[in-house]
Amino acid sequence: MDLFNNLALGFATATSLENLFFCLIGVLLGTLIGVLPGIGATATIAMLLPITFQLEPVSSLIMLAGIYYGAQYGGSTTAILINMPGESSSAVTAIDGYQMARKGRAGAALAIAAIGSFFAGTVSTFLVAIFAPPLTQIALQFGAAEYFSLMVVGLVSSIALAHGSIVKALAMVALGLLLGLVGTDIYTGTPRFTLGIREYADGLNFVAVAVGVFGIAEILRNLENEKTRSVLMAKVSELMPSREDFKAMVGPVLRGTAIGSILGILPGGGAILAAFASYTVEKKVSKHPEEFGHGAVAGVAGPESANNAGAQTSFIPLLTLGIPANPVMALMIGAMIIQGIVPGPNVATEQPALFWGIIASMWIGNLMLVILNLPLIGLWVKLLTIPYYVLFPIIMAFCSIGVYSVNSNVYDLYAVAFFGLIGYALLKLRCEPAPLLLGFVLGPLLEENLRRAMILSRGDPATFVTRPISAALLFLAALVLVIVFLPSVKKKREVVFQEED
Amino acid sequence: MNSLKFDTANLICGLLLIATGLFFAYQSFELELGTAFRMGPGYFPFILACALILFGAIILIQSMRVDGGPIGALALRGMVFILPAPIFFGLTVRGLGFVPSIFVTALIASFASGRMKPLTALVLSAALTVFSVAVFSYGLGLPFRRFGPWLGY
Repeated sequence: MDLFNNLALGFATATSLENLFFCLIGVLLGTLIGVLPGIGATATIAMLLPITFQLEPVSSLIMLAGIYYGAQYGGSTTAILINMPGESSSAVTAIDGYQMARKGRAGAALAIAAIGSFFAGTVSTFLVAIFAPPLTQIALQFGAAEYFSLMVVGLVSSIALAHGSIVKALAMVALGLLLGLVGTDIYTGTPRFTLGIREYADGLNFVAVAVGVFGIAEILRNLENEKTRSVLMAKVSELMPSREDFKAMVGPVLRGTAIGSILGILPGGGAILAAFASYTVEKKVSKHPEEFGHGAVAGVAGPESANNAGAQTSFIPLLTLGIPANPVMALMIGAMIIQGIVPGPNVATEQPALFWGIIASMWIGNLMLVILNLPLIGLWVKLLTIPYYVLFPIIMAFCSIGVYSVNSNVYDLYAVAFFGLIGYALLKLRCEPAPLLLGFVLGPLLEENLRRAMILSRGDPATFVTRPISAALLFLAALVLVIVFLPSVKKKREVVFQEED
Repeated sequence: MNSLKFDTANLICGLLLIATGLFFAYQSFELELGTAFRMGPGYFPFILACALILFGAIILIQSMRVDGGPIGALALRGMVFILPAPIFFGLTVRGLGFVPSIFVTALIASFASGRMKPLTALVLSAALTVFSVAVFSYGLGLPFRRFGPWLGY
């Protein structure tokens, strides 16, 4: 069996002492960040990205992946203990998890979340291993037209899953694409939109944009009205869930895993959506829907499994097509490019150790989280008592060092400040930064493939609809757009995102 | 005309997007546009800029119909101290060197919060400097000059 050979190779790569170490560092850092509210996974990865440049490509990607799912775990810990979701995807967990904690069952809630997540992580890692190779085979037949259409699908889905106004999300995509084009034109070598600054000839630094738009903007928002965080912590005792708990969690975990695995593949933030979808489903199928909101086991187990499964399967489009499913994946693409790896279907065949190593490390990372997270809960909670005003000078210093170390260009630091301001303005104007970042990453790729496709077809735009795969993808994109603009869906979408806030 | 109610956030948003779109459109127009067959460097950005202007206009029109609530407080003090921090680091990291530059950067950022006391800020910045030098300069071996030419090194 190819699958087992590949997985064996992956585990051999991932269990090297060095990679185990970086996986551990990644999940620890991720949990730490997930626990601290105010800094999301995207901002953290953006900040820590530069540190990984000195590492081997495999180790650096393993560590970044570790940060990502570590943050998911950390977010649910605070959601349960103090009703403060560190990550938006654990907002749902807070509803019933915190109620369980108030009833003195914090330990059980944490254990249920951890076990559910681990199960979902295991299943979805296998899903990635099973579905990634055939998808890369399909992707290898993609030409310029197909790639263009595929990216259109990705951008459109990110619009569909963005909060708030659809027109604003569209505008953000256009703005992101334009910003992505800053730099030298690949065909003619003409500098574009550089304002005559030679340091921007290679384009705006992706890390600088991401740190500014996500990190700095978030800090500024937190500074608007500083409140003292009161930590009224429920005491954690009796980690082991009872037999009834186990019985109650089997169904929700299985359903949550399925929902999360499917939604995670969708570009634009599947993990968050998966948690909400799972909660809704559990409430519908439950025999005791009145328990929801008052500490229902299913309300913790389902969404936690779903968001972890979604976090895992969102690697599928990245690994097979080189298309990011969410801003974190966009950062992973940035990391790959900086390491000299061209993301796309060729990664699996050209660098099997890297490809399978990352997949295997996902499972190992999840195992580490289960083992580490529960005993370390006391430590994480202590971290919550650090006042925010101490945190952000630290963040600012690390951001500055990190961005500068990417390619020792001081103009990148000016870009951080500029995009921090832009990001904060966008926040205030209720625009989502995620589609902007996705557009920024895809901008150059989109243009290159568009131009290449047009040259190949001798200027005939019909090439996008006469090639079957491309036509199907464009149809899908159009369908998604039509659906989000349907009045009934539009209304429902608003309700879903309002609940989240 | 006073009966018209504007949603401030959308009004500003629309205007800003249109202005940005016009800027990019003008810049692309200066570049060679080319044809659909052989697109010049300005072709794709020009289309995007036009789209941006269009979206901006739609948001502007919407601002007259829906009221989405006030913008809320602005973190003025935050902006005054947070944004210059990376700029200062950029201006001085080569001249002053890594150690003094990161110390002052952290110090500037510290004053973004009204709760920070001067002594705490100094201690925090000093600790942060020691940590960063140990980790980034010695540990990871990033090629920074610890003290720069402006200080006579």
